[in-house]
Amino acid sequence: MTPQHTLLDYSSKARVQNVMLPQLARLVRVIPMVQDNYLFLFRFEDPHLNETFVYKPGQFVELTIIGTGEAPISISSTPTRKGVLEMCVRRMGRVTNALYNLPENSFVGIRGPYGNGYPVEDMKGHDVLIVAGGLGMAPLRSLLNYILDNRNQFGRLILMYGTKTPDDVLFRDELESLTRRGDLECLLAVEQAYQYPGAHPWRGKIGLVTDLFQYAKNIDVPNTIAAICGPPIFYKFVLEKLLKMNFSKDHILMSLERRMECGVGKCGHCAIGYKYTCIDGPIFTYWDVINMPELIEF
Amino acid sequence: MKILKLPKANFQKFLLSLKNYGEVHIPKKKSEESYVFAPMEDPSEVALEYLRTIIPPKKYFFKPKESIFHYGDGNHFNEHIEDIDKKIVLFGLHPCDIHGLKILDIVFGTGYIDKYYFARRRNVLIIGLSCMPDERCFCRSMGTDATEDGFDLFLSELKNSYLVTVGSSQGDDITNDLKDLLGEITKKDTNEYLKIRNERKKRFKLQLDISDLPYILELQRESEVWDDLGKKCLCCGSCSMVCPTCSCFNVYDNLSLDTKKGERIRQWDSCLFKDYAVVAGGHNFRANRADRVRNRYYHKQHGFVTQFGKPSCTGCGRCIQYCPTQIHVVEVFNKIRGEE
Repeated sequence: MTPQHTLLDYSSKARVQNVMLPQLARLVRVIPMVQDNYLFLFRFEDPHLNETFVYKPGQFVELTIIGTGEAPISISSTPTRKGVLEMCVRRMGRVTNALYNLPENSFVGIRGPYGNGYPVEDMKGHDVLIVAGGLGMAPLRSLLNYILDNRNQFGRLILMYGTKTPDDVLFRDELESLTRRGDLECLLAVEQAYQYPGAHPWRGKIGLVTDLFQYAKNIDVPNTIAAICGPPIFYKFVLEKLLKMNFSKDHILMSLERRMECGVGKCGHCAIGYKYTCIDGPIFTYWDVINMPELIEF
Repeated sequence: MKILKLPKANFQKFLLSLKNYGEVHIPKKKSEESYVFAPMEDPSEVALEYLRTIIPPKKYFFKPKESIFHYGDGNHFNEHIEDIDKKIVLFGLHPCDIHGLKILDIVFGTGYIDKYYFARRRNVLIIGLSCMPDERCFCRSMGTDATEDGFDLFLSELKNSYLVTVGSSQGDDITNDLKDLLGEITKKDTNEYLKIRNERKKRFKLQLDISDLPYILELQRESEVWDDLGKKCLCCGSCSMVCPTCSCFNVYDNLSLDTKKGERIRQWDSCLFKDYAVVAGGHNFRANRADRVRNRYYHKQHGFVTQFGKPSCTGCGRCIQYCPTQIHVVEVFNKIRGEE
């Protein structure tokens, strides 16, 4: 270890790569998915970076919209498919609004990846249960595709995804096509299946996401890792269900949201006790969550 | 450890000679009860009697507001580090403020390294100065009343001279250059130092027992003390601004009027400000004042301790002196400890 508080220590730290400086990237395509939830595809201007930008499912980037500012956005693509970064973004605040108004082929800035991401190495060999509610599918889609691309390294794979209506289902075409696969139990539910003229008929279940548990028989609980993401009310009921099934609290992975301004554990905004959502999270086990007051509000 | 003696008769010469190593900044008197670290124009300006400046030395390394990069000149983000080559000699830091910088070294140097902070840290020589505590100093309880490192030179005041402790290679270079001003220490000097040191020890009136404070805070999370404090605190953020270890910042962009050029700014922030934990969509994770006040106290004496093994408080007394509603950090913790 370099001795602390010496000139050598300071000058070596003054020479590091500047983590606050974004890399130039280009918005290559916008794919509308559902109302105010589009998929945005980016490529770095430096072609080399498209190959070397390594990330884990569940990590996020700080996205700069030139002329507006910066916001943390989770990555929806999988690191197993290099070249294009996909982000499912909800039109929510100042920066995301500016992104929606940005013409394709515009420049943006990207720095990262940040956060711990899902512990995919530790999850290997386990069964994986992915439970998503509403927009919670955005970070979980990265995990889902990562597992599908490394299918032999994981055990049984179950996806449960619930939204209000079929019009709210993120990645609907992609997920519906996955229902054909024999090595994935892809269970989709909506609370109400609207039928209006021309609507794409709903072939999934009707009900709440928690109702989908009845279709996944004989889950080997001690050997299963649950990755869950959704709105507060979703957490309340899904956690209740998982705990009833005797899931260990550190086998439940949750993805949390806070105001992550710097992304590198310095600015303080996302701190909860001694944990920083941006570096210690955004993926926490339920055990972490219990031990961090004010971490989640149900 | 090399320790020399600087007779007080040579002090002004010593201070003037420091100009050879950079722009000399000293504590200066600003008004009846306030002091500031500012550039020295004349050695006579040095306020050797000062105990605490309003703004701590962090301002030299972590700027109150700075542009960190700009864009609009071609397709690049252009790094910008203010004062990247400016050499400064910062004279007169008391041990608590040196510890404050050591804590910031941890914050900005752990995990992702903050280049801006260290680009300036490497260019500033630190010359420490001993002190006598007042009724607001509780550095002794924080273990920050003395320091063995974190300075290039440290001056301990005796009656007619200063003991000069050499703390770094650059400090050694200075004492070699100025050897005509310096002498050897004697047994008499050591005895004089011990006498002053023991007198100083007796002068500490304010104490805060932090032995099991994180555990007590864990038990007292729902204490009414926080609600009472939330009613008294204005959430003005003064305590954060004057704190030698508070390092939260905001990041935002400033644009030219034609929106073609811009710069990214980072600026001191406070966890007490209302919008500190607001996320897109408007949800505020700490909407109540009591929650925000508690968060600050827990960060200093619980979170940081868990993470780095010591509190992020130096006992400098600034937050006590500058709180507009007379909130007293030691009294708050004593209440929490049930030691009112």
